[in-house]
Amino acid sequence: MDRSKLKIRPIIGMEIHVQLATKTKLFCACPIEFGAPPNSRVCPVCLGMPGVLPVLNRTAYEHAVRTAIALKCEIARFTKWDRKSYYYPDLPKNYQISQYDLPLGFDGAFDVPVDDAAVSNAPADGAPADGEPEGGRPTDGGSASGRPESGVAAGLRTGRSPRKTSGTESTGYRRVGIIRAHLEEDAGKNLHEKPGITQVDLNRTGTPLLEIVTEPDLASADEAYNFCVELQRLVTYLGASEASMQKGQMRFEPNVNVAIEYDGREYRTPIAEVKNLNSFKAVRDAIRYEIERQVSEWMADPDYVINKRPKENRGWDDVRGVTEFQRGKEEAHDYRYFPDPDLVPVEVDDAWIESMKDSVGELPLERQARMSSEYGLSSADAATILADRATADLFEEAAEAGHPPTLGKQFISFWSAHANARNTTIAGLGIDAARLGELSKITADGLVNATAAAIIAEKMLSSSDTPTAIAQREGLIQTRDEGQVQAWVEEAFTKNEKAVQDALANPKKQQQARGFLTGQVMKISGGKADPKVVGKLIEEKLAKLSQDL
Amino acid sequence: MPGKIDDAQVRHIAMLSRLKPTEEEVRLFSEQLSTILAYFDQLSEVDTTQVPPTAHALPVSNVFRPDEPHVPFGPDQALANAPRRDGDFFAVPKVLDQESA
Ligand SMILES: [Zn+2]
Repeated sequence: MDRSKLKIRPIIGMEIHVQLATKTKLFCACPIEFGAPPNSRVCPVCLGMPGVLPVLNRTAYEHAVRTAIALKCEIARFTKWDRKSYYYPDLPKNYQISQYDLPLGFDGAFDVPVDDAAVSNAPADGAPADGEPEGGRPTDGGSASGRPESGVAAGLRTGRSPRKTSGTESTGYRRVGIIRAHLEEDAGKNLHEKPGITQVDLNRTGTPLLEIVTEPDLASADEAYNFCVELQRLVTYLGASEASMQKGQMRFEPNVNVAIEYDGREYRTPIAEVKNLNSFKAVRDAIRYEIERQVSEWMADPDYVINKRPKENRGWDDVRGVTEFQRGKEEAHDYRYFPDPDLVPVEVDDAWIESMKDSVGELPLERQARMSSEYGLSSADAATILADRATADLFEEAAEAGHPPTLGKQFISFWSAHANARNTTIAGLGIDAARLGELSKITADGLVNATAAAIIAEKMLSSSDTPTAIAQREGLIQTRDEGQVQAWVEEAFTKNEKAVQDALANPKKQQQARGFLTGQVMKISGGKADPKVVGKLIEEKLAKLSQDL
Repeated sequence: MPGKIDDAQVRHIAMLSRLKPTEEEVRLFSEQLSTILAYFDQLSEVDTTQVPPTAHALPVSNVFRPDEPHVPFGPDQALANAPRRDGDFFAVPKVLDQESA
């Protein structure tokens, strides 16, 4: 069979577990702390002792509902808790508390930017399609490589702008259906390092997880990658999860199969679920591998189709870059769900749901579109500022008194560098909006130049003075008095005869010499000269000298 | 009243619970479980046509707890009744199959 004659269409759905940002567990008040000593964050409830009473964490429920709202889900007025029975040492009760037939959220949708003009070209519900190209979102392998795994959330902190990567202009959004979103508790950890025994640490047992299940609407490994990146961005923006990959706070399970068109007929391979992936890269690599594997298996065996083979679970081997069949899972899928008699239902009314909707507010994609058109920012810069909600809020407050495009440049340059150096966000620097706005304004007005603005910014970190006061104190107010600048130019020319000669007569060094002279004038002026005026006066001076030759 | 639960169902539940009953126990349990289920069947004699379905026996909903930590057990208290421990871990027979979902 000729591989090139096959038309291959991957069909991908995702199951994601997101750890919610609570201080305590879902049904007991044990603190959640990554890396705590083994079995030091446990109590009778999460140890699964008989006779205990679990009580629902209100914050966990609110985070879950807010996320479900952001995923455009219907919010259930009535939900209950079910026991999912299975026997495993990291789950001491022998059941997991979950939601079976009445999830708290259902029938939602999430719009993911994709590099495919064929799909819809506007984000849904609200974001104005102002036609601005998305400046190189991480839509393909090339653009996304080299980023830290937690790239988007850490965008400001790492000082890297995840969205300014390639020249690819994605033009569309893929609408991914959300089947359901429900709350459940995490299991503990089994460690298999010692011979003869398995060590069990139950600190993680009972940690709140939001499980999100999508329709199989994703059409490539890259789309799935984008979906995961955008979902991480959403939950961190909402404050619903820290979503740290390193801490295992987001785990992904793609369901993959392939529709193969050959000789006028369509064949579908059996679905494989790849278990427990914990990085974006693993999601993409595992899906790419699965697509190739399934096509090859079908080419070798015409019976390798969905109605002749069962769904299979596979594990991803990061080192070898392959997925492997996991035996024995089929029979274990007998969870015998039933309502948990220890937990009462949750019933909410429209007023409460409205209050949750208000607290969700504008979603990242909508806000990004609005901010870029309202403040004259590139989409990429707006996305970077939006990686952290408090920083985005600070930006908008500062923009009122400031010069928004200049403020945008200052946010993504020196402010994010300072935040990065201190391992915090721009909002975390603690500089008030009025001063941020003022610095952008005096820069845009030409009172100080860009170099001086960076110096002033540094001083602002340790002083509560206004940027203007700092500029005056440090002598950084830009001089536009041409007579003064002319005097500095004369001085620079007198002191640097060689450079003047090169600028006039050495074609190879002309450009370099002019740059050098400009630098000398700036130096003599102590950074106060307006570079535009300097450039103009140097040109005039050189023109005059060459006439005199 | 035998027959409600057959031997195959008992073996299946035993497998899910990682138990290995003898053939004799399988027969015994299928009889006992059938009798227990038949006893519960008496409940179906009650006329429930006017009773709305419910997921819970209590007429209560929305019991929440604030997200405030308590002082948890330390490892010694947590492991006090463990059949076997290894340092601050519970020690269990080697788990051979894959990590749970
Ligand atoms: Zn606990």
